[in-house]
Amino acid sequence: MKIAFTTKGTEWNSPMDARFGRTEFIVIYDEETNTLSSFDNRAIENEAHGAGTATSKKLFELKPDVLITGNGPGQNAATVLKKLNVKIFGGAGEMTMKEAYEAYQSSDLAML
Amino acid sequence: MKEIVIISGKGGTGKTSITASFAMLAGAEAVVADCDVDAADMHLLMQPNSVKEESFYSGQLAVIDQDKCIQCGQCAQVCRFDAISVHDDCHVVNPVSCDGCGYCPRVCPADAIKMEERKAGSWYISETKANNRMVHAALDIGAENSGKLVAKVKNEAKALAKQQNVRYILVDGSPGIGCPVQSSLSGANFVVLVTESTLSGLHDLQRVYALVKKFRIKAGCIINKADLNEMVHEQILSFLAMENIHHIADIPFDRTFTDALVAGKTVVELESSLVAQQVKRAWEIIKDLNQSV
Amino acid sequence: MKIAIASGKGGTGKTLLATNLASYWSERQSVVLTDIDVEEPNDALFLQLPKIAQEERFKFIPSWDSTRCTLCGQCQEVCNYHAIIQLGTEIMVFDELCHSCYACSELCPAKALPMVPHKIGELTHYHHANLSFVESRLEIGEEQAVPLIAQTHRYVDDHFSKDHVQLFDCPPGTSCPVIEATKHADFVILITEPTPFGEHDVKLAMQTMHQMNKPFGLVINRADVGNSDLLAYCKANTIPVLATIPFDRHIAEAYAQGLLVYEQVPAVKPALDQIIDFLQAFAINQK
Repeated sequence: MKIAFTTKGTEWNSPMDARFGRTEFIVIYDEETNTLSSFDNRAIENEAHGAGTATSKKLFELKPDVLITGNGPGQNAATVLKKLNVKIFGGAGEMTMKEAYEAYQSSDLAML
Repeated sequence: MKEIVIISGKGGTGKTSITASFAMLAGAEAVVADCDVDAADMHLLMQPNSVKEESFYSGQLAVIDQDKCIQCGQCAQVCRFDAISVHDDCHVVNPVSCDGCGYCPRVCPADAIKMEERKAGSWYISETKANNRMVHAALDIGAENSGKLVAKVKNEAKALAKQQNVRYILVDGSPGIGCPVQSSLSGANFVVLVTESTLSGLHDLQRVYALVKKFRIKAGCIINKADLNEMVHEQILSFLAMENIHHIADIPFDRTFTDALVAGKTVVELESSLVAQQVKRAWEIIKDLNQSV
Repeated sequence: MKIAIASGKGGTGKTLLATNLASYWSERQSVVLTDIDVEEPNDALFLQLPKIAQEERFKFIPSWDSTRCTLCGQCQEVCNYHAIIQLGTEIMVFDELCHSCYACSELCPAKALPMVPHKIGELTHYHHANLSFVESRLEIGEEQAVPLIAQTHRYVDDHFSKDHVQLFDCPPGTSCPVIEATKHADFVILITEPTPFGEHDVKLAMQTMHQMNKPFGLVINRADVGNSDLLAYCKANTIPVLATIPFDRHIAEAYAQGLLVYEQVPAVKPALDQIIDFLQAFAINQK
């Protein structure tokens, strides 16, 4: 399974970013190879409009099976993610990435 | 750290006065972000001393280099915003009409059009009389508020909050139901909806809550001018019950808000007033609700 | 004559003034009121008039023709609004984000993005006796008010003569929608209240009107609540104050129920009379 996180950093101890469209980083954890890879999304700060669609396009290219985030994507982003067939879990906006992963594993996150 | 956003669909409900009061009560425990950039008024109550100021750029603007322009008029032909016209035999861009779509440079045969970043205003970090810091912005005239500017103000506020290790970020949210208010809500822990007991108040509360619901953020509601109309008040209460929104407080129709405003004060500074007591209680309830979130 | 009713900030009494002025004025001559505060149109709550027409309003957006598309990706590259993206072998268009600039459609080498109409709102036309009322309402989720405001102006121009008294209830603030709403007006009424917020915001609105070269005047609502700096300021800058409306709980109560206040509160009628007299004199002067 490839799991994507919206985060404010690139390590297990980094805090999650509650936002989807304007998240600072997208981190991918590959459970099979036990590796982390990250995508720097901070350029999104310069976009006046359409942050949600731009970020979901990135996610589309990264092709995760699961997305763990905070408040959940807005309408437009949700439409794209539907195409991706990714399972979305929310409510992890206040955690670190590690805590979010553990909460996901013990089914403590709400599926959106 | 809890991010609390205060919004109201409609103007004039007392949202900014209430947010400023919370900012006074929270003092050094909070960083304040004024995201109501269209009518950024909180600084009038918080007496900020700006410690940092920066220009803010949002969107783009087409600029024609007259040395390169061959006056062929193709740009004006493709522009759907009627932003390009001829003055003194030169094609020029009207910055108010230009939407920044970037179509014209793509058709210009002389490569004479560049898209430039558009200055939309300035943003500030200030020290306030409540012994906290406030991030606020001022738009240039005719400039449009955007999700980007709101995100910028909130990001700066968050960075400050982290640096100072404060408990709360208090966000005075944008009006309406468009992109800016969505950006105000994004990432929030709790939303305070401020409405009033009028038909317009109820109508706009319902419209704006449709958005809050989409973001799945826990919400509470303060009904200002609660005693103006009993029937509408009942309707608001049943709407809150139906949507499972916490009814935080009723505030009566009272001149104290205006009197405080005229004196450049928040209502909680007029300590003996009934309204001040109610706003204080409301803040205590919000703090409690945010402990359990 | 086109008269725009605007305000620097929300909640200063724009809807109150627009609905009462329109209804009261129509007792003497034909009036059309248009609510172009399209994000939050509220005038209809106060004017219960019979509906005579309803129309959907559209903007044009690209529609993907998969049979023609070569998946070259140029459309997502030209779009400055992230309104069109390519996902694998599919092109997706985000209706609300599209600004109808036509770039993707007209630059598409395969002509695979024809522009098609997309609903952005609804226009409703009401009429009774001497009063017509036109309302435009933006769909929730639509982000751009400007195209709907422009179309509503066109509708009014098509249905009413220039001699008709035309009132427009505009969006609050000083950004693009307000500029679009007021740019055709012969005169702009700015309604405010004499508090620091009201004063700060109306001064920004006045600057905007100056830049647009619009003649304007002020109506001061809840005139007796605040400090009177505003009156002195208007006097010093020769800005006409058309009328003042007092702070009165009865006004607020009638408003809360969705009633017109001039029938209930005697102080309101003379204020409306002053505004009408001023505007009529202004119209004669213009000619």
